[in-house]
Amino acid sequence: MRATLAGGNTDVRVLMTHPMETAQQTKGAPYFIQNITVKVNGKPVIEGEISQAISRNPVFSFRLKGGAKGDKIEVSWLDNKGETNKTETAVA
Amino acid sequence: MMRAITCGAVLALAAAPALAQSQFEKYQRMTAEGSPVELFELVGEDLWKKPQGPNNVSLEKCDLGKGPGVLRGAYAALPRYFKDADRVMDLETRLLHCMTTVQGRSPEEATKRLFGNADKPSEMEYLSAYVAAQSQGMKLAPGSTHPKEKESYELGKALFFHRAGAWDFSCASCHGEEDKRIRMSELPVLSTPKAARPVMATWPAYRVSNSQFKTMQWRINDCYRQMRMPEPVFGSEATVAMNMYLTTTAKGETYRGPGTKR
Repeated sequence: MRATLAGGNTDVRVLMTHPMETAQQTKGAPYFIQNITVKVNGKPVIEGEISQAISRNPVFSFRLKGGAKGDKIEVSWLDNKGETNKTETAVA
Repeated sequence: MMRAITCGAVLALAAAPALAQSQFEKYQRMTAEGSPVELFELVGEDLWKKPQGPNNVSLEKCDLGKGPGVLRGAYAALPRYFKDADRVMDLETRLLHCMTTVQGRSPEEATKRLFGNADKPSEMEYLSAYVAAQSQGMKLAPGSTHPKEKESYELGKALFFHRAGAWDFSCASCHGEEDKRIRMSELPVLSTPKAARPVMATWPAYRVSNSQFKTMQWRINDCYRQMRMPEPVFGSEATVAMNMYLTTTAKGETYRGPGTKR
């Protein structure tokens, strides 16, 4: 994950390693990320839902208003099997 | 009427390769815009600085040819001869050398997982992304003065044209003639600077079709697999020589990788 200040905004790019398998691929047992949460210094700023239509190892970009160097960005995700994962970085 | 239709069909066929090529280039531009290559570089940077092995040290003392720990321009000057190992090495071969010498890791451990997969990229892939990126904007200038560098180039050239295996293939069987494609991908004539330059300026690379980061050693390994030849040894004299031949053919090109491929 990379978080950089650009023109008063914070640009976040994150790669979430996940197989993202569709129902068709798995003969009815899809395996995909359902919820994505982006937090700045512990405070949620984005809550998103995605589906099995998204590719394997998805890459997302978010533009957040404001921000400062050193702000802690955390992106976490929850898949349909209840597994969670997260990644953290500081705004550069 | 019949005649007009036939004429139209012939024209469409004639225009097809050029159209396919321009569409493929458009696709390449679009995928490059959203490429996650920089995210692989970031993980590579962490691994470069992470203490590992029996010596519990990072690779920051690794000499890639520009002095211990110097990354700027190091990739663009590889492959080259290294006196301490008395052989020519490319990036991955040199990284393996540093893992075993600087970090004190066993060759077995260091080579256990050289090629990753979509679920878990390998350490070598992440490191290659990071190190190669530190040569952006530098001209490709592999070693060309030491007798072993010249030898490596000549060996690589010979291998490029050497036909063998069940299908009697050589690299030149696919990469030796202009205007050939495999599916939608153009097959560059890699023995010519014109074709080798843009290719070597953008490896290692992220592959969109399987969401994996791939090294040049992988590229050579997989070409040999496709030719149905025995699997070449990672970092061997032969694979380094192939890299040396291709990079020398592309020398002078400004490095702009790690790239993004179909």
